[in-house]
Amino acid sequence: MHPAPSLIAFTVLSGLGMGMIAWVGLGLGDWDHTFGWIAGILSLMVGGIGGVASVGHLARPDRAWRAFTQWRSSWLSREACLMVTAKVTFTLYLGFWLLLGIELKLLGWIAAALAMATVYATAMIYAQLRTVPMWSGTPTPFMFMVLSLTGGLLATGAIKGLVGLETPVLYSLAWLVVAAGTVIWWTQQAAGAGRSLDGTTMETATGLGNIGRVKMLEAPHTGSNYLLKEMAFEVGRARAFQLRKIGAFAGFVLPLVLTLLALGVGGWAMLIALLCHIGGMMALRWLFFAEARHVQALYYGMR
Amino acid sequence: MTTLPEQTDRKLGLVIDLDICVGCHACAVNCKEWNTGGYGAALSDQDPYGSDPTGTWLNRIHTYEVQPHQGEAQIIHFPKSCLHCEDAPCVTVCPTGASYKRVEDGIVLVNEDHCMGCGLCAWACPYGARELDAAAGVMKKCTLCVDRIYNENIPEEDRVPACVKSCPAGARHFGDLSDPDSEVSQLVAERGGLDLMPEQNTKPVNKYLPPKPKDAPVPNLNLAKLAEPEAKGFLGWLDRALEKI
Repeated sequence: MHPAPSLIAFTVLSGLGMGMIAWVGLGLGDWDHTFGWIAGILSLMVGGIGGVASVGHLARPDRAWRAFTQWRSSWLSREACLMVTAKVTFTLYLGFWLLLGIELKLLGWIAAALAMATVYATAMIYAQLRTVPMWSGTPTPFMFMVLSLTGGLLATGAIKGLVGLETPVLYSLAWLVVAAGTVIWWTQQAAGAGRSLDGTTMETATGLGNIGRVKMLEAPHTGSNYLLKEMAFEVGRARAFQLRKIGAFAGFVLPLVLTLLALGVGGWAMLIALLCHIGGMMALRWLFFAEARHVQALYYGMR
Repeated sequence: MTTLPEQTDRKLGLVIDLDICVGCHACAVNCKEWNTGGYGAALSDQDPYGSDPTGTWLNRIHTYEVQPHQGEAQIIHFPKSCLHCEDAPCVTVCPTGASYKRVEDGIVLVNEDHCMGCGLCAWACPYGARELDAAAGVMKKCTLCVDRIYNENIPEEDRVPACVKSCPAGARHFGDLSDPDSEVSQLVAERGGLDLMPEQNTKPVNKYLPPKPKDAPVPNLNLAKLAEPEAKGFLGWLDRALEKI
């Protein structure tokens, strides 16, 4: 699938923002008003940038508002509705806490739950597609939620370190390990998914399997087309190995080391851990799209 | 709403005979011609006379070589367009309500005034039947020529999809597949009409008639010999005499 920069930015940043909302909403550990202001506003901003990036993917962004209408059937619509609901709920919780001094714990928890529901819906946009077995036959929603919470924990931890609160170092280490394991699990499942997980082959695609083995002799046109550019992406797969390395090192190994360092040098080290983690997630998300194979490419002889 | 209707009154669709199709692309050309001036936005081309032309097509003709376990390979031309599925995944994923399946005849359409061009329906379709037009920024797909089949301003014999009308070999048939007595349903029953990718559970309305089994083995022809001119008279005698040496 075509790895559109808008979709990579959207899924990574919206996930990060939602993860931050979830942790601030849960209200665990050490916190004060300064942390509340910085973490609250940053999480809404990061999530907001993610949301704007998703609009950048649209060919007719002027009609984006219509995406709020089909929540009964469409995961993309549900994602849009949940994203706004989560942010409004969270803003109310922040407002009561920071401006009026009333801490509505329950409202914070609802905001956290809505934030995770948003990430689940984001993942389901991809996981619902039987046409892309690498997304539908793998634990995609689980991975998106774990990664969102990991980024959110690193971000809120970094802010706590910077404002002089106790940083949740051990928590963060545990989450990073769980996240790395989840990515390994997902990657193992994805490696075996290919195009034929549901038994779809060139033979079932053409209905000609009763005669024999099918091979494409001539494509419909000598040039490329939307279907090939969007759903038979081949460019850059040669760099997959290097990107996977970047994903592993920047996404997990460096953040683990830096978070451990934070025990000694102070919580600010988690800020660098967070930035490394975001870079690693961008690399992995590029691969999430670029390596996913769509069954319609079978009609073009790509097995 | 982008929920699918429980059931449709009719199931209009195409039956495509892979035994007959000669791969001339006339249906694709006529489809482009009719639909670029008809329903909705035009089917645009990008760099049409340059080195890398692309464009929007609602019908594309593939050609496959099928190799049986024994014997000669067969060449099969394979037109592909929207199959107007009963369980159309492209419709339910649509976030704007632009994609819908009509209750009265089962045709899957896009309301181009509502489409925001996210492209998710094209991802959901296993057949590659939807293409986002690069100029208009909206999703284009086969409409089953909804602006022809009910059009009272054109002669009655033309009220079929453009691809069916243009096929010079009679490989394409149009009709109501919910009516077991219709010509198309009879063809499907008689010839064992197939669903494409049945494992994707889309329940396509369009059916494909498989190529008929070969009734005689293909003779092992010496094509080079056929291309040689037959010599007559003295040269013919000389030719035969030389062959005997």
